[in-house]
Amino acid sequence: MALTRRLMMAASAAVVGFAGMTGLAHAWEPNKPIDFVIMAGKGGGADKMARLMQAIVEEEGMSAKPLIPVNKPGGSGAEALVALNTASDPNHTIMVTLNSFFTTPLRQPGLGVDIMTFAPVGRMAEDTFILWVHKDEGINTFEEFLAEAKNRGDGWVMGGTGKNSEDNIITDFLNSNYGLSIKYIPYKGGGAVAKDLAGQQIDSSVNNPSEALGFYESGDVIPLVAFTDERLPLFPDVPTLREKGADFSYFMQRAVVGAPGMSDEALAYYNGLFQKVYDSPKWQEYMTKKSLMGAKLDGPDLKGYWETQRDRHESILKASGAIK
Amino acid sequence: MRIAELVTAIVLAILSIYFMWKSGTSSWGDGWGESIRYLEGEGPGSGFWPFYLSAVMLLCCVWITVNWVRRASPPSRSIEKYLDAYGIVMLIKVGGGVTAFIGLIHFIGMYGAMTVFLIYYIYFLGKHSLVTALSIAFATPVVTFFFFDVAMRIVLPKGYLEPLFIPLYDIFL
Amino acid sequence: MEVLSLLLDGIIACFEPLNLALIFVGVTVGLFIGAMPGLGSVNGVAILLPATFLVPPTSAMIFLAAIYYGAMYGGAISSITLGIPGASTAVATTFDGRPLALKGRADQALVTAAIASFVGGSVANILFTGFAPPLAAVALSFGPPEIFALMLLAFATFVGLGGDDIPKTILSICLGLVLSAVGFDVISGEPRLIFFDITGFMHGINFLVLAIGVYGIGEMLWTINSTRDEITMTDAEITVSRVMAAAKNTLGAWRGTTIGAALGFFVGILPAAGATPGSLMAYGVTKMTAKHPQEYGKGSINGVAAPEAANNSASTGAMLPMVTLGIPGSPTTAVLLGGMVIWGLTPGPRLFTDQPDFVWPLVGSFYVSNLIALVVNLCFIPLFLWMLRMPFTILAPIIFTLSIVGGYAATQDMHDVWLMLIFGLAAFLLRILDYPLAPAVLAIVLGPIAEPTLRQSLLLSDGDPMIFLNRPIAGPITVVALILIFLPALKFGWDRMRQKSA
Repeated sequence: MALTRRLMMAASAAVVGFAGMTGLAHAWEPNKPIDFVIMAGKGGGADKMARLMQAIVEEEGMSAKPLIPVNKPGGSGAEALVALNTASDPNHTIMVTLNSFFTTPLRQPGLGVDIMTFAPVGRMAEDTFILWVHKDEGINTFEEFLAEAKNRGDGWVMGGTGKNSEDNIITDFLNSNYGLSIKYIPYKGGGAVAKDLAGQQIDSSVNNPSEALGFYESGDVIPLVAFTDERLPLFPDVPTLREKGADFSYFMQRAVVGAPGMSDEALAYYNGLFQKVYDSPKWQEYMTKKSLMGAKLDGPDLKGYWETQRDRHESILKASGAIK
Repeated sequence: MRIAELVTAIVLAILSIYFMWKSGTSSWGDGWGESIRYLEGEGPGSGFWPFYLSAVMLLCCVWITVNWVRRASPPSRSIEKYLDAYGIVMLIKVGGGVTAFIGLIHFIGMYGAMTVFLIYYIYFLGKHSLVTALSIAFATPVVTFFFFDVAMRIVLPKGYLEPLFIPLYDIFL
Repeated sequence: MEVLSLLLDGIIACFEPLNLALIFVGVTVGLFIGAMPGLGSVNGVAILLPATFLVPPTSAMIFLAAIYYGAMYGGAISSITLGIPGASTAVATTFDGRPLALKGRADQALVTAAIASFVGGSVANILFTGFAPPLAAVALSFGPPEIFALMLLAFATFVGLGGDDIPKTILSICLGLVLSAVGFDVISGEPRLIFFDITGFMHGINFLVLAIGVYGIGEMLWTINSTRDEITMTDAEITVSRVMAAAKNTLGAWRGTTIGAALGFFVGILPAAGATPGSLMAYGVTKMTAKHPQEYGKGSINGVAAPEAANNSASTGAMLPMVTLGIPGSPTTAVLLGGMVIWGLTPGPRLFTDQPDFVWPLVGSFYVSNLIALVVNLCFIPLFLWMLRMPFTILAPIIFTLSIVGGYAATQDMHDVWLMLIFGLAAFLLRILDYPLAPAVLAIVLGPIAEPTLRQSLLLSDGDPMIFLNRPIAGPITVVALILIFLPALKFGWDRMRQKSA
């Protein structure tokens, strides 16, 4: 009896919900929970962002069916890419990606993944990178950093997330462009890197602002240079590498993609859904606070962006010898 | 039991050798053995630890075999049967039932397979009344659905029974 | 004394009707999530995160912390009643909790687990409140070499855990370590040990897949086989007088509780370590220092109290680096951290000074949640005992079902369910031949922490292993660990010599 009453209540609530929903008049709507694959482990930057998006969707009742986050961190995202490639129901499978979306298929051609077949749902932001050192190093400018790092040779240690990842690519660039021989130590996540920099286990990091913000605010770490095109609003006194005369900037894409084979109607639905997420005050606030950049991109624009990014990463990886 | 002890040691030895071979195989197409070297200034490669740990496993298998020859371990002295008739029947009925349960998930989903398995075990193996079997077999999926799919938002596989759940999704999710 | 008045304000804030109600609901929900094999606090916290947008951030955080506490208490329940560790933090609880339950003393085990958890949580709370900033500095001084040395020590405390058959014990440890290496190598960025090129191996082998396979399927088959259908499950009754007696016995187990609470907290505050090594080390140390170590593994009350006090203490400890450094010490705190970020708070060294309105009610809620979790847990013990009184032919299929559902829920991949079955069947066959499997389960938990820190350290030192000996913190830990590891070998050799000369 209790159950039937509950059913009735839930059903009437659902009817009210539908009445509200029809106002939006979508041609296609999900009829079951949506698999929301996260290309990284629990607690990382991509995971936090995915859960924020899920929370916004849930809070504002934007989607008829919930997004169900599933973490697939295996093989630098290889596992997630394969899962999407072989999804049994592409209309209900979407994924949050980072730059391993470009690098992993290049490094593991055996996966048979072609990123251009994925459905371009929306690029939600570009995360930025900054070079950090501990305050006790006595280094306050990028020039002082170069001098000290050169001086210590491979005794200068840079910590970063993963091998041949974003952080590794930036370190390789610093090494080759300025004749340094910084030693790179891979970690599992950006949080551990930030902590080991604050504890002076390593000498520098290229953490995202969101990862190092706490230690920056407490004064433990000092930002030296930003790897962006223009100065970050949150760090107006931190010069960019371009100002220092190097033709280099680097970003991390934070984008949502759909499984290959997603129908156009479903893609249009997700385009609309994530546009609403992007426009929400919560998302905008998060972008400002965590110093994220980048305009919203979707459809052909996003595919064009993927193409340039893939070519760029291909040449970077070739230069570093990670692929032939 | 004496034969089983030796066969198990041999199977584990083969497994160790497979692990050792696999540790040396690079997923990037480098030659065999590249990944198990101790690199100068960098420390061990990606396959170094798995390779030597598997090698230790192999040594343990040899050690177990030596103990077997010397009849130094209890199972190598035991004259009991490794699995008697009861054990074999049990393994087929229960182990087979669990295997069938997992196999069925691919076709009729977690909930369908669960119902079939519970009826099979409680009614046929447990010899309880049909009423007991049916009530547990139908109550468990309902509780599980509300706990996992609805409350925890962990959507369990539905297999070919998916269409049956679409109306439930509309009501509860 | 400013701290005390702030704390008092925080505790009072928890007694606002909304917050108190959230604590009750959170603790109860957490208890059941924790009791379900395959689900732990991380699931509960992650899934209920979006639901917390309905209430103010402080209440939301209190709610999540309550779930966290509830789940920590709940982990012991499946370890004791079903013999399946619900989460990696509760592995050590099965060692003595399960034997106690089989002896018909499940009530004793459950009461001990609850009380030890409460004591562990309370000790940790007091340390947390009083010494957060200096302890945060300790956590920062632990780099990769120190963490590796600590893992070595964790292994060392477990040397004695295996059976009497030395080669089988070593084999079991190595097997667990090799399985823990499957998947992805962080240091080289290379996938490795992808057996038969099946993509399911890429995410590695989750601890739960092995643990549920071994305990949920393997042990069950072994129990059915060795008892020949004549199993009588515990008929533990629960009465007020029995609870009082059990509580009194628990007080007698103060040694395990104390060691657990202290060691657990210390290991818990180290971001890379967390509650699992904490509870394992607490069990190992308690056993090592016991007068009658042979009682452990057969239903020692100290053996239940130590890991349970430790895992609660460590879980509270893991909050410390999260709140003071913004670094999560466990997956659960990582998700909590995500929650704080979503609510617009920046966890980190300045949180205590910048957001006292948020921090103190949270700390206060640790105290209140801990107390309420104890009460709620004790109230539900009759329900768990009732489950145990079900006929075995009904309980067994339900345990199998829970194992399979839980195994799927952990990673949501059918590949892992099949793997779990293979481990279960293999565990059954090996169990008959006296292969100890607990060492493999422990190794698969510690391996993923030990190996990357070892290799990071060697990168730091250009491949020179002396780095573990010549650093001020890592050095002493390494030396102690090595002594403990080689002690049994020396003793063994010594005994042999004496036997020969005699």
